[in-house]
Amino acid sequence: MSVQAWTFVMVGLSFALYIGVAIWSRAGSTGEFYVAGGQVHPTVNGLATAADWMSAASFISMAGLISFMGRDGSVYLMGWTGGYVLLALCLAPYLRKFGKYTVPDFVGDRYYSQTARVVAVVCAIFVSFTYVAGQMRGVGIVFSRFLDVDITYGVLIGMGIVFFYAVLGGMKGITYTQVAQYCVLIFAYLVPVIFISLMVAGTPIPQLGFGSPVAGGDTFLLERLNQLSVELGFHRYTAGQKGTFDLFCMTAALMVGTAGLPHVLVRFYTVPRVSAARTSAGWALLFIVLLYATAPAVSAFARTNLLSTVADMPYDQAPTWFSTWEATGLIRFDDHNGDGRVQYLGPNAEGTNELWIDKDIMVLANPEIAQLPNWVIGLVAAGGLAAALSTAAGLLLVISTGVAHDLLKKTFRPDVSERTELRTARVAAGVAVLIAGYFGINPPGFVAEVVALAFGLAAASFFPVLMFGIFWKRMNREGAISGMLIGLGFTLAYIGYFKFFAPELNSPAHWWWGVSPEGAGTIGMVLNAAVAVGVALCTPPPPDHIQDFVDDIRVPRGAGVSHQLDA
Amino acid sequence: MHRERRRRYWRTNLSYLAILLAAWFLVSFGCGILFVDQLDRYSFSGFPLGFWFAQQGAMYVFLLIIWVYVVLMNRLDRRFDVDERGGSE
Repeated sequence: MSVQAWTFVMVGLSFALYIGVAIWSRAGSTGEFYVAGGQVHPTVNGLATAADWMSAASFISMAGLISFMGRDGSVYLMGWTGGYVLLALCLAPYLRKFGKYTVPDFVGDRYYSQTARVVAVVCAIFVSFTYVAGQMRGVGIVFSRFLDVDITYGVLIGMGIVFFYAVLGGMKGITYTQVAQYCVLIFAYLVPVIFISLMVAGTPIPQLGFGSPVAGGDTFLLERLNQLSVELGFHRYTAGQKGTFDLFCMTAALMVGTAGLPHVLVRFYTVPRVSAARTSAGWALLFIVLLYATAPAVSAFARTNLLSTVADMPYDQAPTWFSTWEATGLIRFDDHNGDGRVQYLGPNAEGTNELWIDKDIMVLANPEIAQLPNWVIGLVAAGGLAAALSTAAGLLLVISTGVAHDLLKKTFRPDVSERTELRTARVAAGVAVLIAGYFGINPPGFVAEVVALAFGLAAASFFPVLMFGIFWKRMNREGAISGMLIGLGFTLAYIGYFKFFAPELNSPAHWWWGVSPEGAGTIGMVLNAAVAVGVALCTPPPPDHIQDFVDDIRVPRGAGVSHQLDA
Repeated sequence: MHRERRRRYWRTNLSYLAILLAAWFLVSFGCGILFVDQLDRYSFSGFPLGFWFAQQGAMYVFLLIIWVYVVLMNRLDRRFDVDERGGSE
């Protein structure tokens, strides 16, 4: 069968699976819609969290980014996993003990303030929208490349599927479809790389394979990759390029941003107990590391394959994948010196580079470059879709609960009935799908930039406020609000200035302390914390019942009843 | 529950956090970023050691940290009788 037929089969089967799961797990109450009734098993929640968290960026883009960045790509690997340590140790158990539905709920109750709640909702909705636009874009890329469908139709199909299970099933439907999506995406990620590892390094374990000697020789793979890179004028693969302080700030911003992302935090409200929230974070990280520890191997294999295939290749002998991707515009070749050969050269080489390759295609094209069977290529397409759809659904839920629960019920109309609240949540999810779809079809040119913004804002707004809320009883309303506003304002201004207003100045020479906009969230977070502490110490301490509230969330006993009280 | 016991429970929890977060900082920001060039002089099963920590080792240690915390806290909850299987306080 052809690649396209296989892709139709794989994608069709996986979609049928998601729809089946969605019908089986419809939500009947707001409790089921927001937190799946609070009765999700920790391992199941771990699987769902992993799928929720790993987006099109993790599945499609990350390995490609690393293969172009070399060692510095570790900022994504460490940043996007290290956040789970903060989550498991400092946030998840206590938020679960608190046990209400959303992150703004916690902020509003702990800081006894509607203003704080509204600031938190606005941050949560903004962060989620920037993210969801990127997911829909990922859906579009996969559809247009593999199914030869117009991007518009691809996005529409994706929207239809997400609409179906997010709007019908709420958190309950999303949880169980995410479990199915995790299985699809991890299988799709691992199968091709195990094949490649066997071919290149002679071992089925890619994590060992990219440190092994090349099969049939005694040169180590990474050494060979370093040689190839240097010959073509690129930097050594295993050497760093970025400044140490910048790396430090970028990693910290990604870690703290991960721990502050509302769609991940809310998953820990769905388990039945505090101890289950801790265990669940452990499972989630295990399932995530399964993919994340494999990604750098994919990067190294893909980079080696790419460099040895395209360097000085006669253009008319280019393999099929080269021309198919060229047709999508994600590979561009421009024969400057007219010799009919591809000169792929790095910044340190003499001569002009003639090839431009989009980083996003490395994972998708890898099985073709390595000449794997057609069904593997179809499987990768289904995996990319699973990653994008699962994350999109989690984000849409945050937006819809933000509107129905935090804004309608808790802020504007406290007397609203459960039925109206549930209907509002469904309508909000529907509208959010439409807006997300619009951005998927007409992608703003700045998707990659706004993702940095989303993490920076999550780091600079939520994280310090949540930490203080749990670990420092003296933190009061005034401190929390001013901290959030300062952190948010600074990060928005810093990223906005370098990414949108003056992109020509976006270089290490102009950055403050050499910190790139991607690392700005770290500075914003420190500012937030400093301002919050300063203001809190100059204003009256929080009332007694808040101090009791904090005492209460610090011990696990009694967590089981919190959902029932509110339901 | 008695105020004093509650305080001791929280203190112990904080000391676990301090130790585990120190380990978290050391493997990621320490081995993976600050001392990565020094570590790269050594080789570990085909990888430069700093490169290995940055792209592999740190993640494995993160996993270990969370599971150690799970075990420690479950034991602590039972010792101070604040686990969720017991009756109300």
